[in-house]
Amino acid sequence: MSVVNLSQEHGLILSQVEIRHAARRLLGPVSLEVPPGEVVTVMGPSGCGKSSLLALICGTLAPALSGSGRVLLHGEDISARPPETRRVGILFQDDLLFPHLSVAGNLAFGLPPAVHGRQERRERIEAALAEADMLSFYDRDPATLSGGQRARVALLRTLLSEPRALLLDEPFAKLDVALRARFRAFVFDHARAQGLPTLLVTHDPQDAADAGGPRLQIDAEGHIPGGRPAGRGHRPA
Amino acid sequence: MPRRGLLAYLPALTLALFLAPVATGLVGTWLPAFGYFPTLGGDSLTLKSWFVLFAQPGLGESLRLTILSGFLATLIAFLLTILLLAACHGGRLILVLRGLMAPLIAVPHAAVALGLAFLIAPSGWLVRLVSPWATGWQLPPDVATVQDPNALALTFGLVVKELPFLLLMTLAALEHVRAEERLAVARSLGYGPVTAWLKAVLPAVYRQIRLPLYAVLAYALSVVDMALILAPLTPPPLAVQVLRWFNDPDLSMRFVAAAGASLQLLIVAGSIALWRLGEIVVERLGRAWIAGGRRGGNGRITRLLTICLVQGIVALAAAGLLGLALWSVTRRWRYPDVLPSAFSLETWARQAPEVAAIAGTTLATGLAAAAIALVLVLGCLENEQRRGLSLTNRALWLLYTPLLVPQVAFLFGTQVLAIQVGIDATWLALVWSHLLFVLPYVFLTLGDSYRALDERYARTALCLGARPNRVFWQVKLPMLLRPVLFALAVGFAVSVTQYLPTLFAGGGRFVTLTTEAVGLAAGGDRRVIGVYAFLQALLPLLGFAGALALPQLLLGPRAQRRNLQAAA
Repeated sequence: MSVVNLSQEHGLILSQVEIRHAARRLLGPVSLEVPPGEVVTVMGPSGCGKSSLLALICGTLAPALSGSGRVLLHGEDISARPPETRRVGILFQDDLLFPHLSVAGNLAFGLPPAVHGRQERRERIEAALAEADMLSFYDRDPATLSGGQRARVALLRTLLSEPRALLLDEPFAKLDVALRARFRAFVFDHARAQGLPTLLVTHDPQDAADAGGPRLQIDAEGHIPGGRPAGRGHRPA
Repeated sequence: MPRRGLLAYLPALTLALFLAPVATGLVGTWLPAFGYFPTLGGDSLTLKSWFVLFAQPGLGESLRLTILSGFLATLIAFLLTILLLAACHGGRLILVLRGLMAPLIAVPHAAVALGLAFLIAPSGWLVRLVSPWATGWQLPPDVATVQDPNALALTFGLVVKELPFLLLMTLAALEHVRAEERLAVARSLGYGPVTAWLKAVLPAVYRQIRLPLYAVLAYALSVVDMALILAPLTPPPLAVQVLRWFNDPDLSMRFVAAAGASLQLLIVAGSIALWRLGEIVVERLGRAWIAGGRRGGNGRITRLLTICLVQGIVALAAAGLLGLALWSVTRRWRYPDVLPSAFSLETWARQAPEVAAIAGTTLATGLAAAAIALVLVLGCLENEQRRGLSLTNRALWLLYTPLLVPQVAFLFGTQVLAIQVGIDATWLALVWSHLLFVLPYVFLTLGDSYRALDERYARTALCLGARPNRVFWQVKLPMLLRPVLFALAVGFAVSVTQYLPTLFAGGGRFVTLTTEAVGLAAGGDRRVIGVYAFLQALLPLLGFAGALALPQLLLGPRAQRRNLQAAA
């Protein structure tokens, strides 16, 4: 991975991140580094605050919780930014396609307004669909898609929004086994191809094995025994 | 972000909009009750009006009627609600009733009362059905079945109208207490269905429906429009009597009226306290009953009984409304004919110009009040979500304030305030007065659905780069289209129902279908009453029909096309 990791400034870096509920510490302090194109896996029992960690990174932490520490994306501290300007994409266990929009409508929702003109937007969306072998689904209602197809559209929607990092909140958990492996490969391939620093939380060891990257374990107290502090000279091995 | 700033002030603004008139109205009623009302020369605090009030002939009887009908109606409606749900949990009847609930709640109180009056009057439909062949009555029997001396007709009318509301609130509460699991556990421990529900579900549900129940009690104790139609009038229940005093040509009676209005508030407050006391006693007894471990029978008799009662009530309400419609197109309907002998649209034609104007006022006021309420409520809910707040119990009480404080106890004071601000008898005042009662219902209707929307949709949209306002307009609002339109229809129906606020805030310049129908009830032609009451019931129903049909129209073709493509 150090081949990809050209500079310490690139990728997603968490530094001394902590999540608290009132006075109680839920998680952390966590420091970790996700280089571009790398998939780092965080594993832990349910309720240990894995999802809250992702919420903190994309800026949607429940207001009852408070987070501290720094989140750096490509060298820039994004921890004080509103979620919509962080450009951190997230995929959940459920695809969360907007049911009132068609497949194309969902993808268009993700496509930045900087892509101008109906024709150009349509082309971008069609290209994305074609690349996933789903071109014929352009006008379809998401409700008529299979679970695997919906999952792929959800990923395409996120990728079209041109994120600078990708967070995965157990997005494979609800798919059946055969589908899971294929979708997992689909996601990881895209993340690597686009050089996205990718953080995966899961409790499925197979997810972590397929991700191939470093693995961190959170225990029930919210500690990360093997967690390495980020900073020069410390790189996940 | 300026819009977020505005949004943050919305809850405060909303509270002020509907609590300030109530608060100032109460002050503006209590001060005259103690003699302070400079406009009429009262500038010192005295107890004189209270002495006059208690010396009024018939006050005792008024109080008896008020308390009897209030408690009896609330108790019956409550018992029917829980017994029905206990006996038929998860059954088909509940599903059917759930579908019927909206129209039942939508029909204004006055229309229900008028329909029932047509039905149960000595010359009403029920007597006609069995006369003279079974009863031998060639003439309507000389018994007071409407406006009876014990206000039983009023009690019955209140039960008919409050049962759907309580059922709906309880059904909503059931979803919060994981009733299925509780029932499954109790049933597996050998409890009969009804007993299992009463012992394992009711204690949790009751906490959730306490406030709605208090609102029903407060309403039943202080209802005016239904009482004018169904209750005895010499003397009438207290709230009606207070209204009469307010309208007395002798202006000094305003002081007595204010004292009476304040007494009305005390009665409601005392009754709620008494009910609370009853809750504590029943809870004690209930604990012992639960601890006793009796499993209860199969509940078949309870089931049969409640089903019959509830179906009977729904049938009567529907028959009453049908009667109204029938009367409006009747030319001749002599006693004891079961059906009119001659029909005509003459009444409609004759009333058309006036009806159109009055229906127009009703429609405009209702739509305005409902739309304003919807905007405020959506703003409050969105603010709540963006800032991660949740509605506290205390805030819920505030929300219920206009439903717990009797209308007659503060509307006079609010009117005085409106005169001072210079908006008395304007359309603005009318809409605002309706808003007081529309807002809580819209909030209660929409709140649950709004909070139930998976918040990850909004999070996903934000992470895709959409600003919060775009998330609101393009994700939340379209996904919540159905509940939003439904809340709008509820708000509209609540506005159409308002009687006292229209009288007070409208200052006689604004007439709605409700005030007209109730006004005609006293001595009017049944055909004309039929026209107004039928329309009064029809408007809210159309509102609900629209709320159900609009999403189909908006989304239907697209969804259908997509489904076709999917099938191909």
